[in-house]
Amino acid sequence: MSYFRAENLSLHFGGLKAVDAVSFAVEKGEILSIIGPNGAGKSSIFNLISRIYRPTSGRIFFEDQDITEQPPYDIAKLGIARTFQNIELFENATVLSNLLVGRHRHSTTQLWQELLFLPSVRANEKVHRRRVEQVIEFLDLEPYRDKLISGLPYGVRKVIELARALCSEPKLILLDEPSSGLNVEETDDMSFWIRDMKSELGVTVLMVEHDMSLVNRVSDRVIALNYGRVLAMGSPAEVQEHPDVVAAYLGA
Amino acid sequence: MLDFVQQLVSGVALGCVYGLIALGFVLVYKATEVVNFAQGDLMMLGGFFAFTFIGMMGLNYWIGFAGAVATMALFGMLAERVVVRPILGYPQFSIIMATIGLGYFLRSVAGMIWGTDDLKIETPFSQGVLRMGSLVLAYDKLSVIAATMILCALLWLFFNKTMLGTAMRASSENMLAAYYMGIPVKRVVSVVWAISAAVATCAGVLLAPITFIHSNVGLVLGLKAFPAAVLGGFGSIPGAVVGGVLIGVIESMAGFYLPEGWKDVAPYVVLLTVLLLKPEGLFGLHVRKKV
Amino acid sequence: MRFLFKTDYEDDIKLFPHSGYIISYGLLLALLLIAPYVLSSYLMSQLVFVCIYATVGVALLILTGFTGQASLGHAAFLAIGAYTAAYLQKYNVPFPVYFLAAGASTGIIGAMVGFPALRLTGIYLVIATISFALIVEEILARWESVTNGNEGMRVKTLSLLGVTVPRDSPTFYYLCLAVLVLTIVGTLNLLRSPTGRAFVAIRDSETAARSMGVNVALYKVKSFAISATITGFAGVLFAHKLSFISPEMFTLQLSIEFIIVILIGGTFSLHGAVLGAIFIVMIDPFLTYLKDDMPGIIAGIAATFGASPATAGNIQSNAAAFASLNGLKGAIYGIIIVLFVLFEPLGLYGRWLKIKLFFQLFPLYKRATFKRQKIYVKSERNR
Repeated sequence: MSYFRAENLSLHFGGLKAVDAVSFAVEKGEILSIIGPNGAGKSSIFNLISRIYRPTSGRIFFEDQDITEQPPYDIAKLGIARTFQNIELFENATVLSNLLVGRHRHSTTQLWQELLFLPSVRANEKVHRRRVEQVIEFLDLEPYRDKLISGLPYGVRKVIELARALCSEPKLILLDEPSSGLNVEETDDMSFWIRDMKSELGVTVLMVEHDMSLVNRVSDRVIALNYGRVLAMGSPAEVQEHPDVVAAYLGA
Repeated sequence: MLDFVQQLVSGVALGCVYGLIALGFVLVYKATEVVNFAQGDLMMLGGFFAFTFIGMMGLNYWIGFAGAVATMALFGMLAERVVVRPILGYPQFSIIMATIGLGYFLRSVAGMIWGTDDLKIETPFSQGVLRMGSLVLAYDKLSVIAATMILCALLWLFFNKTMLGTAMRASSENMLAAYYMGIPVKRVVSVVWAISAAVATCAGVLLAPITFIHSNVGLVLGLKAFPAAVLGGFGSIPGAVVGGVLIGVIESMAGFYLPEGWKDVAPYVVLLTVLLLKPEGLFGLHVRKKV
Repeated sequence: MRFLFKTDYEDDIKLFPHSGYIISYGLLLALLLIAPYVLSSYLMSQLVFVCIYATVGVALLILTGFTGQASLGHAAFLAIGAYTAAYLQKYNVPFPVYFLAAGASTGIIGAMVGFPALRLTGIYLVIATISFALIVEEILARWESVTNGNEGMRVKTLSLLGVTVPRDSPTFYYLCLAVLVLTIVGTLNLLRSPTGRAFVAIRDSETAARSMGVNVALYKVKSFAISATITGFAGVLFAHKLSFISPEMFTLQLSIEFIIVILIGGTFSLHGAVLGAIFIVMIDPFLTYLKDDMPGIIAGIAATFGASPATAGNIQSNAAAFASLNGLKGAIYGIIIVLFVLFEPLGLYGRWLKIKLFFQLFPLYKRATFKRQKIYVKSERNR
C-alpha cells in the first residue's frame, strides 16, 4: 500500500470542476511535485487534504487510514503539516511563539496544569523549546527569534512558515508554492532545505510549484494537472515532454 | 384577526424606522467597512434639529424637515471627516469604539442643549386615521411606511442610475481599485456618510409622532436596528429594510401575544436563533477566506 | 539599555526576564499592601473597584485581546456571578463555596455563549454578545422568584471562616487584590503555555491555527469559559462591595466601560487592564473634583488677570453652571474614547512603552518605531 493516497478526488463548485477525479499516490520518503497552469486545481487539492474544503467525492488515505472524514485539526495530529501560498502566519506574535504553535500537536498538558504552570508544563515547554531551536538552526532563523512577524520581510516569512510546519515534526509536509515571491538566491536555499528535509529529517514532501527549475532539482516524481484533471505523471523530464503538458502550457 | 392586522401595521411602521436606521448602518458599512454605533444617535440628533426648526422656530413642517435633513447631511460629513477618516483601515474594534465614543458625545451634548424631556413634533398628518370597515389605521404609521418605500426607491435609483451611485458601489467593492480608476474615494465616502445621516434624520422625523424624541432614543432604537441590519446580512440594502420590518413585527407581535417582558427580548432571541442557524444573516453572502 | 544574554531555555519561559522586574513589581506589591494604612477610606474604596475592574479587564483581554473575540456582553457575566452569590447566600452557603459556584456557573454559561459564537466573527459576534447581555438583563428583571426582579437583592456582609469581613475593611481589599494578582499570574501562565499560544493563533489566523492542529472551536469555547469564569469571580466581589444588586446595574453601559478599560489601557498586554481600570475608576472622582474646585480656580485665575470681583464671580457661577450640566460626564467620556482611538491606539501601556524606549534610546528614538501600519482599506468581505 502507498504511504499517502488520493482516490478519485473531486471538488465541484456548482458547475465548476476545480478538481475532477484525481488519483495519485505518494511513496514514503519521496518528493512529489504537482505542476500545472493557474487554476488547474493544485491548491484545491491541498485544501482538500487539509480539510479546508470537503471533497465532493473521493477518498484520501494516509498510512492506510481513511482521513477523508477527519476534522481539520486532526490532520495535523496525524502528522501532515502544510504551508500556504499567501503565507498565513500569526502576524502579531513573535517568531518563537509562531514556531511553538507548530508544536501544538505534541502538547499533552491540561488547562488547569497550565494555569498553575506545574513542573510538568515547564518540562514540556523546555522540550518544545529545544525542538524549536533545532528547527531554527536547521533553517538559519537565529536572528529573528524574538522579532514580531509583522515587521519581517516576505522571504523570511516564507521560511518561518516552513519552520512552523517542521516544528510539528510532520511525516508528510505539503508545500504550497514554496518559492513564490522569493528571489533566485532564496529559491536556491529553499531547494537545499527541501532536499535536506527529505534526507536528514526523513519527511515525505508533496509540493505545488510553478518554478520548473526548482521542480527539476528536487522532485522524484511530478504530476501535471490542468482543469482539475491529471495530464501526466512520472519523472520530471517525462512529464515536461508529455504532449498534453506542452499543449496545456502553450495553450494550444 | 382585526387585532392581528392592527398589530401587523404598527409593527411594520416601527420596523420601517428600524429599517431606515439599519439602512444607514449598511450604507456606511458597505462603503467603508465601518460599523457606525452612533447611527441611532444621528437619528436622534436629526429629530432634535427638526424639532428646533418646526417646534421652536415655527417653520413649515416640510421646510423644517428638509432643513433638518440638510443640516444632518453636513453633520454626517463632518463626523466622517473628524472621527472616522483618520482611522479608516484600522482594526474594526478600534473603529467600533470610536463610533461608540461619538455616540456618547452626541447623546450627552443633545441632552445638554435640548434637555432630557420628551419632545413631540406636530405633523400635518399625525391626527387623522384611515378607516377601512372596522379596521382603523393611524396616518402617522402609514406615513412612515409610505416614506420608507419612497426613500428605498430613491436610493435604488440613486445607486443604480447615477454616476455617483455607481462610483459608490465600486468603492464599496474594492476601494483601492476604485481609487486607481480615478474615483475620488474620499469624497465618495463623505457623501455616503451624508446620505446615511440624512436617512437617519428621515427616520427620526418620521418617528417623532409615534415615539417622542429624547436624547436616549438613538441608543434604544439603535440597539433594535442592529439586529435588523444583522438579520438582513449587514451588507444588503433591501436586507436591512426587510430585517427592520421583521424585527418591528416580531416586537409588536410579542408585545401583544406573549407575556410581559417578551416584547423587548423577542427580537434578540430571534436574532440569536438566526445567527445560530445562518451565521451570515438571512440575506448575507457567505464568503470564505481564500488560502 | 540592558542586554539580556540567554543561556538556558528557562530564560525564555520565566515570568520575570531580569532582576529589575522583581524589584519593581515587589515594590509595587509592597505599596499596595500598605495602602489601607495610608490612604483615605474613600480612595481605598476606589482601589477596591480598581481591583474588580482590572480583574474583569484581564478576563476581557483573554477573550478580546488574545483570542480576538470581541464581547460587549461582559456585564452579563458579572451579573451572573453576582446573582449566583446573592442567591446562594440566602441558603447560608459559605463564602468559598458560593465564590467557586459563581465562577463555575458563569463559566458554564460563558461556554454556552461560546458555542453559538463559534461561527460568528467581527460585527456579528459583537451584536450576538450585546443580544445575550440584553436577554440576561431582562431575565434578571423578570425571574422574580430567584432574582427578586427590579427590587434588587441585598447582599449580606462577607463572612470568611467565621470572621465577618465588612466591605470597607482592609481585609476585603486584600481579598480583591489577591483575586486580581492570582488572575494575572494564572493568565500569564496560560499565555506561556500551549493554550495561550493557541488563543493568539486563533486571533491572527484561524486557518493556520487549524492546520497546525489547533481545535479552533474547542479553544474558542475555552476562551469564552475562562473569561466568563474570571468575570464571575469578579462579580461576587462586586456584589459584596455594593452590598445591593439590581438588574439596572448590569447594563450595556457597564459592558462598554469594560471594553473602555482594555481599550484605554492597551489591548496587547495585561498591564493595559490594570492601567485602564485605574483610569476608568478614577475618572469619576477626578470629574467631581473638577466640578467642585475648577470654577473657583478659574475665577481666581480671572481675578489675577485683572478681572473685577463682580466679573470673576460671574465667571465662577457660569463655570459652575457648566460643570453641573447633566450630560457633561458622558460627553467627556465620549471625547476621551475618540481621542484614544485616534491618537493613542496602543493605550496607556503603549504610551508608557514609548516613553521608556525614548529614554533608553535617547537621542536615537524615532517616532516611526510605533507607527501603526495603515492599510488603505482592508475589506473583511473580500478576504
